[in-house]
Amino acid sequence: MMYVLQQLVNAVQLGSIYALIALGYSMVYGVLFMVNFAHGDVFMVGAFVAFFAATLLKLPFVPTLLLSMLGTAFLGMTIERVAYRPLRTAPKLSVVITAWGVGLFLEYITLASLGPWRRTLPPLLPEQVYEIQEVRISALQLIIIGVSIGLMVLLDFVVERTQEGMAMRAIAYDRFAVPLMGVPVNRIISLTFAIGSGLAAAGGTLFSTAYPIIEPMMGMMIGWKAFIAAVVGGIGSIRGAVVGAFLLGLIEIGTGAIFPSRLRDLISFVVVWIILMIKPTGFFGVARRQKV
Amino acid sequence: MSKKILVLSLIFAFILLSACGPAKPKVPYGGELKVGVNAEITGAIPTVGEACVAGAEIARDEINGAGGVEIGGQKYTIALVVQDNENKPESAAAVARRLVTEDKVLVHIGANASKNAIPAGGVCNELECPMISPWSTNPYTTLRRPWVFRVPFIDSFQAGVNAWFGMDEFKATKGAVLFDIGSDACYFQGHFFKRVWEGLGGEMVAFTTFTTGDKDFTAQLTKIKDSGAEVLYVPQYYDEVPLIVKQANRLGLTPKGGGTIRIIGHDGWESPDLIKLCGEDCDGLFFTTHWALDIAGEKTQAFIQKFRDKVGKDPESTGGLTYDAVYLFVQALKNCGELTGDLAKDRKCIRDGLAAVKGFEGVTGTMTPTSEGDMIKSVHIVQVDAKGNRFKWYRTVDPAAYEAALSEHGLSVEDLMK
Repeated sequence: MMYVLQQLVNAVQLGSIYALIALGYSMVYGVLFMVNFAHGDVFMVGAFVAFFAATLLKLPFVPTLLLSMLGTAFLGMTIERVAYRPLRTAPKLSVVITAWGVGLFLEYITLASLGPWRRTLPPLLPEQVYEIQEVRISALQLIIIGVSIGLMVLLDFVVERTQEGMAMRAIAYDRFAVPLMGVPVNRIISLTFAIGSGLAAAGGTLFSTAYPIIEPMMGMMIGWKAFIAAVVGGIGSIRGAVVGAFLLGLIEIGTGAIFPSRLRDLISFVVVWIILMIKPTGFFGVARRQKV
Repeated sequence: MSKKILVLSLIFAFILLSACGPAKPKVPYGGELKVGVNAEITGAIPTVGEACVAGAEIARDEINGAGGVEIGGQKYTIALVVQDNENKPESAAAVARRLVTEDKVLVHIGANASKNAIPAGGVCNELECPMISPWSTNPYTTLRRPWVFRVPFIDSFQAGVNAWFGMDEFKATKGAVLFDIGSDACYFQGHFFKRVWEGLGGEMVAFTTFTTGDKDFTAQLTKIKDSGAEVLYVPQYYDEVPLIVKQANRLGLTPKGGGTIRIIGHDGWESPDLIKLCGEDCDGLFFTTHWALDIAGEKTQAFIQKFRDKVGKDPESTGGLTYDAVYLFVQALKNCGELTGDLAKDRKCIRDGLAAVKGFEGVTGTMTPTSEGDMIKSVHIVQVDAKGNRFKWYRTVDPAAYEAALSEHGLSVEDLMK
């Protein structure tokens, strides 16, 4: 029993980081119908900004987190402005390839400028470990889970209750009619990228406090997994991304806990495959009819 | 008419000249011997590549500074051709092919990590160019490959010593392993540790794996904790060890986290970056490696000083091992005795020269190659001293002592390798 609970705590920690990244994929897809494959690398930049904020500026945790989110939000807006906006009317495939290119650009410019050395974030959060009947939860885990959930609630508020959020949902609903109503589409899209990238940066900062090795290629694998989480939840849906991320965390940790660990990735992705066979649009996704 | 004769005689003269060709060079290779270096400069383990290149450069500067190597009454200098393999097996093979066929090196030094050295060894063996891997400890790098040699001991010895040490030092019987299933070297070490552990009468209670690039090991570590293991062997590299150890401490596996499981490791841990990345969390842990700086002899001390002056930090073993690889090449040249300028012939002569090496005194110990090109040499067990920012020598195990310990349990090295 304690074993199961401990594994559950592990799963929630992993899931909350996946969720922060999956949200960015889902938001951008919802508004633009494009998969931003550079998103995993934006997460990596967020981790590096946090690293420099914590080591060079010697900032404590909260300012580090905010600076990383702010700096990376700006990066997300710049990427959209420079790389994606000129291609807005181009075929979807071109944009996806461009996104790959941007991702590789971010990876290799970081590698070229900072070198391949592994870096580690100084301990910003208390290393306190609480033990409740043999189940161990660290203060770190609680903060990661708390900050993630807080940011998700905030995002939900922005999207559901503010005018900008309404505009986002409107663009997602009909991108051609909305500009006719006087909605500044470009500004709203920029804002979407800023929020998505800011969340990825928060994910990067939290990830590198929990898994303290920072390197230029760290975004690749986790970006993929978060993308899968977004698809499982129903890409384009914000709640779906969160559900998908926690589900993926649970599946990954769960299969590792039950089956021999060498079968972990095999089994966990077979489970994902089965979910998508039963619900091809993911849990919260809506099938869209292509208009001719 | 006369014009025609002139043209004809010119053509004739030209043919005559080109038939003779440029005068045959007196000195083969223009007096400069090319040594290829196939190193992990970028990728997951950059300090390994850095130390490898620096080690090779120090050896080259020493040799060239002394006027070069004298072979058959002729002095030769050494030129390095350094290439990055990005710590990827496919790149390591491509780099090996390029060094051998395009750069036409006399000897190929590298690659370092076994997952790269195994494919690179395949290429060098096929193209018949002698290869010396400075750091690869996996048996398959050299197995049935007459052209491939190495500087370190092999993993069957290293993993076996770890199993024996884990039992002997901590009076343990319940063992666990956590390794990367995507890396040949880690895969072999994990399995071989299990074989020796069980051979010595222990029980393997948790045999767990992960995949290259994983950062979260909490599922596996929770399982290990639940299994009641006493010793956990982590045959991984310095970029993953901090993540594993920190998560283990946090989950309460280790004495630091209030548990009883002792984590031990292999030579992939040895990098100054291990302490930088892991800090206090790794303090006091033991691992096996190629040398211990605090008990180094005069020759090794001199190398360490040169390395510090050049790179600005203490060398990790790859530095010393690559330095030894270059001098092994020099020894092979001396054993060969003559260079002809015919690349295929000279490579064969160097290969035979390497196989003929006996009792070579390097900075990483005294070594003699077996018929497989593996080195018979001692393994050192060191302990992480995070405050002192160093690895403290703890114990040295020579192959004879290890074999004696095995035979007490009715085991032999040959049987274990089957």
